[in-house]
Amino acid sequence: MKTRADRIASRLAETFAPTLLQVADESARHAGHAGAGEGGETHFAVTMVAAAFAGQGRVDRSRAVHAALAAEFATGLHALSLTLRTPAEHPTTIA
Amino acid sequence: MSNPTFDRITSDITSNPVMLYMKGNAMFPQCGFSARVVQILTHIGVPFQTANVLEDPALRDGIKAFSNWPTIPQLYVKGEFVGGCDIVTEMYQSGELTALLAEKGLPVEAAA
Repeated sequence: MKTRADRIASRLAETFAPTLLQVADESARHAGHAGAGEGGETHFAVTMVAAAFAGQGRVDRSRAVHAALAAEFATGLHALSLTLRTPAEHPTTIA
Repeated sequence: MSNPTFDRITSDITSNPVMLYMKGNAMFPQCGFSARVVQILTHIGVPFQTANVLEDPALRDGIKAFSNWPTIPQLYVKGEFVGGCDIVTEMYQSGELTALLAEKGLPVEAAA
């Protein structure tokens, strides 16, 4: 069975054609608090570099990712930490 | 179409120059992401108002729809949506958040 991380990665890859994509399942770090579901797979962090973000501000970039992952939010995705860059920004802004 | 929750949010963000929708309150945040935004605003020294979405399911769902943003916390400055924890953190680290607040005429303790 595909994990939520797999689904997030494939959905983002097809939507944004990123040059760099990292999806981390951080659910274990939030286990036990409200919103952390019993089966885990609730808290994720995504780092993505894509030319598609050029000309977009932070809020618009995040909204585009949220929209692409609407099905995951509807089925228990609870927290999504996003680091979204264009290729031009990437060398200097990712620590 | 009238929506009481949207009306309440509009009123909140209009009457409070810095309005934070969060889990818990500034004294006792109930989520690490909410806690981080409280910490940043406190460090900047700008006065802010909070609303606890955990106490009000209609607000919890309503703020997500109102902002077109699926997660909590959410920060509004002078009625404008700024972002959630990631964006607030990035803007704080780059100095943009303090600059934005100062530009809006809000008291900040010291230029970053």
